[in-house]
Amino acid sequence: MKPKVLILRTAGTNCDKETKFAFDKAGAEASICHINYIKAKGNISSYQIICIPGGFSYGDDLGAGKIFSLELQLWFKDALTKFIQKGNLMLGICNGFQVLTKTGILPDLDFQQKVTLTFNDSRRFEDRWVYLGLPTSNIQPSSQVANVWLKDLPPIITLPVAHAEGKFYADHNILDKIEAGDQVALRYVDEAGKEAGFPFNPNGSLNNIAGITDKSGRILGLMPHPERFIFEHHHPFWQKKKVSAWGMKIFENAVRYFK
Amino acid sequence: MIWRIDIIPKEEESFSELASQIKDLGIETKGDVLFRKSYIIEADLDQKDIHTIASFALVDPVFENYTISKGIFEKEPQPNEIIITYNPGVCDTVALSLEKAIKDLSLSVKNVRTARFYKFSGLDLSQIKYLAPKLLYNPLIEHILEYQKVKDLATLDEFSGKDYQFKLKKIPILDANEQRLNQISKDGCLSLNLEEMKIAKDYFKGLGRDPTDCELETIATLWSEHCAHKTFRGLIEYEERDQESKVVKKETINNILKNTVMKATEQINSSDCVSVFSDNSGVVKFDEDFNICFKVETHNHPSSLEPYGGSSTGIGGVIRDVLGTGRSAKPFASIDVFCFSPWDISYKELPEGILHPKRVIKGVVGGVRDYGNRMGIPTIAGAVLFDKRFLGNPLVYCGTLGVMPKERSFKKVVSGDVIVLCGAKTGRDGIHGATFSSQELDEQTVYLTSAVQIGNAIEEKKLTEAILRAADNDLFSAITDCGAGGISSAITELASEHGAEVYLDKVPLKYRGLSYTEIWISESQERMVFFTKEDNLDKLREIFDEEDVEMAVVGKVTDTNKLILHYENNKVTELDMDFIFNIPRLKKKAVWISKKEEDVKVKVKNNYNEDLKSLLSSPNISPKDWIVREYDHEVQAGSVVKSVLGIQKVGLSDAAVSRPNLKSKKCAAVGVGINPFYSDIDPYWMAACSIDEALRNVVCVGARLDKTYILDNFSWGSPEDEKILADLVRASYACYDFATYFGTPFISGKDSLYNEYVVKDKRIAIPGTLLISAVSVIDNWQNTLTSYFKKGENLIYLVGLTKPELGASEYFRKLGVSGGLVPKVDRATARKIFDCVSSAINNGLVVSCHDLSEGGLAVGLAEMSIGSGLGANVFLSEVDKSGKMLDHEVLFSESPTRFLVEVEKDKKDIFEKGLNGLPLGLIGCVAKDKKIIVHNKTNQEVINLSLEEFESSYISSFKEFR
Repeated sequence: MKPKVLILRTAGTNCDKETKFAFDKAGAEASICHINYIKAKGNISSYQIICIPGGFSYGDDLGAGKIFSLELQLWFKDALTKFIQKGNLMLGICNGFQVLTKTGILPDLDFQQKVTLTFNDSRRFEDRWVYLGLPTSNIQPSSQVANVWLKDLPPIITLPVAHAEGKFYADHNILDKIEAGDQVALRYVDEAGKEAGFPFNPNGSLNNIAGITDKSGRILGLMPHPERFIFEHHHPFWQKKKVSAWGMKIFENAVRYFK
Repeated sequence: MIWRIDIIPKEEESFSELASQIKDLGIETKGDVLFRKSYIIEADLDQKDIHTIASFALVDPVFENYTISKGIFEKEPQPNEIIITYNPGVCDTVALSLEKAIKDLSLSVKNVRTARFYKFSGLDLSQIKYLAPKLLYNPLIEHILEYQKVKDLATLDEFSGKDYQFKLKKIPILDANEQRLNQISKDGCLSLNLEEMKIAKDYFKGLGRDPTDCELETIATLWSEHCAHKTFRGLIEYEERDQESKVVKKETINNILKNTVMKATEQINSSDCVSVFSDNSGVVKFDEDFNICFKVETHNHPSSLEPYGGSSTGIGGVIRDVLGTGRSAKPFASIDVFCFSPWDISYKELPEGILHPKRVIKGVVGGVRDYGNRMGIPTIAGAVLFDKRFLGNPLVYCGTLGVMPKERSFKKVVSGDVIVLCGAKTGRDGIHGATFSSQELDEQTVYLTSAVQIGNAIEEKKLTEAILRAADNDLFSAITDCGAGGISSAITELASEHGAEVYLDKVPLKYRGLSYTEIWISESQERMVFFTKEDNLDKLREIFDEEDVEMAVVGKVTDTNKLILHYENNKVTELDMDFIFNIPRLKKKAVWISKKEEDVKVKVKNNYNEDLKSLLSSPNISPKDWIVREYDHEVQAGSVVKSVLGIQKVGLSDAAVSRPNLKSKKCAAVGVGINPFYSDIDPYWMAACSIDEALRNVVCVGARLDKTYILDNFSWGSPEDEKILADLVRASYACYDFATYFGTPFISGKDSLYNEYVVKDKRIAIPGTLLISAVSVIDNWQNTLTSYFKKGENLIYLVGLTKPELGASEYFRKLGVSGGLVPKVDRATARKIFDCVSSAINNGLVVSCHDLSEGGLAVGLAEMSIGSGLGANVFLSEVDKSGKMLDHEVLFSESPTRFLVEVEKDKKDIFEKGLNGLPLGLIGCVAKDKKIIVHNKTNQEVINLSLEEFESSYISSFKEFR
């Protein structure tokens, strides 16, 4: 059976269509729904995966993802908790990651905001390709965190980022907890996999964090855009060297989880 | 009750950039600036509710705190503190979003405003008031809140208008003499000349009554240069004189647009052209099921007054053109091209009333960035050029491409359909002043502000989603956007062959107090008009409600051939469509005086390392990666060839390639050609070379001319000037000559005239600037190509003939040399060169291809090298050239129709065979070491530079912007 994916959008969401395309290509059955529709007539319990795609929800006018996260808190707190507890998956890409952190779905699914994604150190929007190190590939089987989304990926992949507010920021004690809990899913690195400064870390994220999961590993939030690397021609140097479309793998992993 | 919430970062930031700008103004400061976002809320709420709003909707608890105070000012501000807010009537997008969030919290408010608080340590009020309008805000749209004026303010209502009492206004023109007619036109900002006023007078004489203000405004809008293109469609007495002033050619051109640009398309008669010069954009065939469309607009004047607002409403407008093409296309890519002044001018030298180029550049780039990115439309290609003459009049070209199912390519206007206005509410934007508290501004500024608007990208994004859903469900029969003239031109033009009746009081308003005429001619952004059957309204409302987009039935399409407007049961306009669209023809004179062509020789050098480095650092050549990266150029996931390549390195592509439909392998390539400098010698060859350049750019990435379509966008000075108009005529002739020669039809175009400004009583016109944009359909993304070198030891060919054409070239301008031979397109070989290079690429014989433009061969080689990290070994003796040429002429000539092509050794024979009979030189090979070495005919190394050296020159420009 194809897992059903809800791509939840609102005013200003703008990566919904290609994200649906990626999920469908991976073998899922994805539908795009406006939050107003879900509020009025929808039901999230019939889905297995919820994805909040990239964009500028409500223009990011009061801070990236702020108003969208307020809506989730006010209307979907219980429903989302239940959804995840059932063993389902959730993905937040770029603006979606910002929404998940501001709602308090990440890192602990307790609807308390503990981390944030704020303005890049460069103070500007930037679209550029980055190298990402995957600490999850070294996670011991004893870890509480299941490697759902990034399974079978190599230790370093490339994906594009495109954001103005992507700097991962939190108090040190919160950061330590996230690190200790193996919740860092992706880190900005250089070509050799070493942690490095700008432009490798494009936004000044603390601990070079590009994405995190919850404690179960089933909720992933990340700033890079996997849906923008689902064909080889997306890579800037596809005509020079053969590269695999690593973004596609992430969507395939989600589908495989339900098989 | 008025509340103010200030957001305070837990760690204060330093604003070093602002501090350095303050120093640029000649004010010494240690640079401590405090900045806060402020929100001013009028509501019947208690402090607890305001805390709820602040903590849930405004603050990021991880790194921000907030304070709450009563009133706009709780106490008198210190002399070093200011608060800036928008003028009444200017779109405050953040305030709209906050209203939505407050509604989500089940609270209600009366008014919301945003403001910015600044505190400067070590500066006094006079210094702050001097620097603030230069660096922090634009008085045309914002102002500093004065404590004395607002300290006792009980309500923010004055920001949202007073009630309007209907009173029909008639303009007495029947008895007006010529002087009075002129005065009426001037007083009403109608821009109608005496002849046009007389035609209007005669019409109303026939009706036996004076016109209403609304009727005159309608005529003025529909007859405006912007809507009617009176110069291009009028009569031109054209004459050419030789150097002795003897008339050698004389003719009357009746509608130059029809006789050049459109005639070329007619003559080429391509079956792939679906709808050209008739809709809001040009439509061509993409594949069996889909068509694509393309439109480029200018927004020059608004961008010179308010760069951020001007460019954002420019991109917003052209996106709506695509949405308003046929029965709506989905925008999938945008391009932008800017012409600016160099930014090294000091504030002291800056003429009064002109914004500093740095601010113009940042504002314009920021406007396109914020609007395009929020719309989720990738900005994939463009160009930026610099010339001093653009100081008071920058050029901002915005283009958008759309894709639609082929059956949606045409509109059907049907009598009896209802007229629906949708999108943003209507305000006073763009009506003789974006503000309605005009007391503080002097008359001239108020007049100017009519051009100033701020865009609201999220409003347009919502509108786009709603329209495209309605289009997918076939819920309307015709659609168009509200641009210049607002609904007055949108409805009148769309219903021109039928008639329309409109109820102006049904138009949703942003605030109270708009008169019927203001509603009719408002240019509020983010609005569109469509015609539909009444039966569709329920389904439409369901979609528009879900997307949170306003829609209102404001009238109906009739069959009376009349335009009738009502306001609260009063008829305020009744005009015959035939009269409105019988647009008076203007007659203008154009005189071209031939100049003698003279070759100019400059001193030969032994070595051109420094010259090449200096060219690479020129702002015209230096890469604009810092702009491209600020644009989300990969959203929609269609990107095949990006205009910036590489993770750290800066490699640039000639054109961008994108897939509008991820299910199809087909893709669209977009490239541009622009070179205003050649206009200084001959606008004819400027236009020819611009076409050639646009075509070169798309061919380099794998396109073919027979699947390539072009657009013309003229930005010119005043057509009242005989010489300037003659330049325009010559450029138009070249458009016809070379579009037909290359077989590439024009599918859309636009002109922007009167690009002039006055400095100290001296009129400065921009150089005649023609932007040619090309779009090509490529069958398979796998056949596309990039411009950087691929492998050491591969062969490098230069295709095309090199002539000593350095007139107005980047090299001559760098040396300060005027005159010389302007580059010319060679009609004997150009088309064949294009076709043969395309075939070689399509047959897989080429691994990289780059065209030669500004800076010629030397710059082209450096650019191919920078993208790849591979050098080159090149011999000038092998370049195919016309006669004897000096080294620098071969290196820096800008002769058109030339390509640098990289070919693998085993493909040598077959590649050369394909180009048999055409100018071709095997000039060297790709080097594995990171060096470019160029030998002259006596085997001296005239260039020997390491990649590191020329790369650091290449990115040395734009330091202030990187």
